[in-house]
Amino acid sequence: MAMARKSAASALAGAGKRMMSAKSGWWTHVEPAPRDPILGVTENFLKDSHPSKMNVGVGAYRNNEGKPVVLECVRKAEAKIAGSDLMEYLPMGGNVKFNDLSVQLAYGENAECLESKRVASIQALSGTGACRLLAEFQKRFQPDSQILIPVPTWANHHNIWKDAHVKAQTYRYYDPKTKGLDFSGLVEDIKNAPSGSFVLLHACAHNPTGVDPTAEQWREISAVMKKKEHFAFFDMAYQGFASGDCEKDAQAIRIFMEDGHQIGCAQSFAKNMGLYGQRIGCLSIITDDQTQAATVKTQLQLICRPMYSNPPVHGALIVQTILSNPELKQLWLQEVKGMADRIISMRHALRENLEKAGSQLSWQHITNQIGMFCYSGMTPEQVDRLTNEYHVYMTRNGRISMAGVTTKNVEYLANAIHEVTK
Amino acid sequence: MQECCLYGILEVKVTHNCSLVLAAKAKLYSGEAARTSEESVTGSMSPKPMARQFCTKMEGVHNRRLACLARHLCLDENPHAGLSSIVFSPTSAGNSSFAHVKQAPEDPILGVTVAYNKDPSPMKVNLGVGAYRTEEGKPLVLNVVRKAEEQLLADKSRNKEYLPITGIAQFNKLSAELILGSDSPAIAQKRVVTSQCLSGTGSLRVGGEFISHHYAGPKIIYVPAPTWGNHLKIFPLAGLETRTYRYYNPKTRGLDYQGMIEDLRAAPSGAVVLLHACAHNPTGVDPTRDEWEGIRDVIRNEKQLLPFFDSAYQGFASGSLDTDAWAVRRFVNDGGETFIAQSYAKNMGLYGERVGALSIVVTDPAVAVRVESQLKLVIRPMYSNPPAYGAAIAATILSNKALFEEWKVELKAMAERIISMRHQLFDALAARKTPGNWTHILDQIGMFTFSGLNKQQVEYMTREYHIYMTLDGRISMAGLSSRTVPQLADAIHSAVTKFSS
Repeated sequence: MAMARKSAASALAGAGKRMMSAKSGWWTHVEPAPRDPILGVTENFLKDSHPSKMNVGVGAYRNNEGKPVVLECVRKAEAKIAGSDLMEYLPMGGNVKFNDLSVQLAYGENAECLESKRVASIQALSGTGACRLLAEFQKRFQPDSQILIPVPTWANHHNIWKDAHVKAQTYRYYDPKTKGLDFSGLVEDIKNAPSGSFVLLHACAHNPTGVDPTAEQWREISAVMKKKEHFAFFDMAYQGFASGDCEKDAQAIRIFMEDGHQIGCAQSFAKNMGLYGQRIGCLSIITDDQTQAATVKTQLQLICRPMYSNPPVHGALIVQTILSNPELKQLWLQEVKGMADRIISMRHALRENLEKAGSQLSWQHITNQIGMFCYSGMTPEQVDRLTNEYHVYMTRNGRISMAGVTTKNVEYLANAIHEVTK
Repeated sequence: MQECCLYGILEVKVTHNCSLVLAAKAKLYSGEAARTSEESVTGSMSPKPMARQFCTKMEGVHNRRLACLARHLCLDENPHAGLSSIVFSPTSAGNSSFAHVKQAPEDPILGVTVAYNKDPSPMKVNLGVGAYRTEEGKPLVLNVVRKAEEQLLADKSRNKEYLPITGIAQFNKLSAELILGSDSPAIAQKRVVTSQCLSGTGSLRVGGEFISHHYAGPKIIYVPAPTWGNHLKIFPLAGLETRTYRYYNPKTRGLDYQGMIEDLRAAPSGAVVLLHACAHNPTGVDPTRDEWEGIRDVIRNEKQLLPFFDSAYQGFASGSLDTDAWAVRRFVNDGGETFIAQSYAKNMGLYGERVGALSIVVTDPAVAVRVESQLKLVIRPMYSNPPAYGAAIAATILSNKALFEEWKVELKAMAERIISMRHQLFDALAARKTPGNWTHILDQIGMFTFSGLNKQQVEYMTREYHIYMTLDGRISMAGLSSRTVPQLADAIHSAVTKFSS
């Protein structure tokens, strides 16, 4: 209580008039939290009034005018459902049709595990929520296991498993020398981990590096993990968004399924359907059989109920409407390819402009990497210069969100990068 | 090897002298007893060719998975695989990492709706979950909600970007004003931190986690006996030791005021106390204003307990937003620190969109800033940022004077319909001369009546009369209509005459 008394004194000093006052200051000892490295970037960007400012921080898609996009298939879906939704509570596991359509997209419509109804699926609060559910589930039912997390990864992955009280270990992933995959390091670390570990894998378009294993490499990883009896957990936040082709982007998952892994998968529709703020995603786990899938689902529901009771209706309804309507689904596939194509073209443009600007460094990795992010290889100091001198906002690990690059600003960006790296 | 089997466990042991023992166990998908067949092939060949031989044998098997595994073994060129035994992962072969997981029990409240949905009887009535129904027994989307929706849909400048971690700023500001009053000194002094959360549940969980991470006092929360069942799950998972204080007196069917005061006095100083702001769930029993003052005196002056209000029915209980917020405002206006979880599920009918807010009132603005920063760290690893749609609707209504006024009218109408249901049920039981004292139906407030019916009686009513309600005897009055009151009255009458209370 000593801390409380100390803070009580200082709180009383500034308290002003109070009537029947309670014990003052239970919270005066609370330290300011560090800014979220990713979301903090946008905050700073918004404060800046410089005309050439660029936000290549947070991974949210922008069109060539630098504006956020609401997909046409989404607008059409919303118009369809307008006025019809009763907003009643969903079941704890969420919208069942949505769940079914979601896992069909992830595993393939004709997947054997779907035909045998062996997949437990639950609507989740986007990718974050799906990961958190899995982490809590892991803690409950495999309490002695640990999670293996790649280096680097999306920063929030560490927070998620930490708050779920699951022990985490890292595995080598990115090789700064090649700006590609440290494959032998990856394999070694996965082999050295205790049997039965849970391994977090980015299904495609690794965040933040954009570096993905090849199909052959995925097969080897799969084999190693089989021998070690590891649990494969795929975080798939960019299906369709990476290559423009949903099947291709799910290739790693297909390989693991073929090899008989009973994987877990976190899906997000934030980027590929532009439904960021709707918080719509899905957690699925492949199990032995229909009974076990139902059982696992009941336990996942027990995790949701004391967290938020049941998930929100609207986003799931939009996704369900799109995926179940052949016309809208076609439109969506075109639109997601359009987004992926624009990003790929920006990668090429950035690299060309850097070469044109006379940079002596190799920028091959910009076009080798895939997805929304480019791991530029810039140091935090170089990034700071980019921000302070050129008003280019990005995370200090050198990650560029290619979605923020347009034909109008790519040259400016290339010159700025060249200036701070030459 | 059975052709129709879908799963198999493949054990391939390559022993030191390179003998290959193959045991394949196949389990029929239909669940029949496992059949085993063992083939052992021995020889002095090195592992690779042995594997190939096995592959050839496997070709005749119409088992895609086993064939895959076999192919896998054949393709394994990995030099590191000089293991003395290669055992395939159990997960590959029908032994999931989660095979030991047991079926979870149905949620006692949501499970009622599940059971209701399964019932084919046209007579069935769902009086379980607290979701409002019209006289026609239909869910209701408020007019103001439809109008707000239309406005949002028509506004092409809106996008679907991520909200900030703590949600829509305007929504937060208006939510705080709604519960605390727009003239609240705490708001004026910038001592209130508000974050959009996922309805009441989400607000309680985030608040509980924050307390667990940062509270300087004892990490113990007291909840009333009884309380909403989910409270007893939320707080332990948030990391708080959960205890109860006496609340409901079954003899009087009213508040056990003395018991409550005694238990609060016995709590360790600084413990957290969960209070239902109004329309206590499940009992419908609220303290009087005098009793609230007594409770506040103990909490603030005697024990310095931290009050955590769960406000799920503002406006829904009495029909007046201000009246239903009276207790919360009394506590906050005395200058003490307070947590408040608000839900818009019932009072705006936004149930499934998960709209709510957590407000933390602290002693000074500098603390508020730091608290907000730490609150974000609790939310980010849970779901990053809250869902936009429902909160945008709520903010539209709260910020538009005409819509706000219209909302108040619709809210009052819902509250009044429920009060009229109470009267109808009371009258129906009186007309049947049903044994027992039923005045508590009129005295209790809010969506629920704590009927006093026991488990046996409730199960009987479900079986014989297709009345679906929770086993603690809680009836959702919002689910009743003039049409179904007679059926419920019949059911209650029959249950209490057949089984003793």
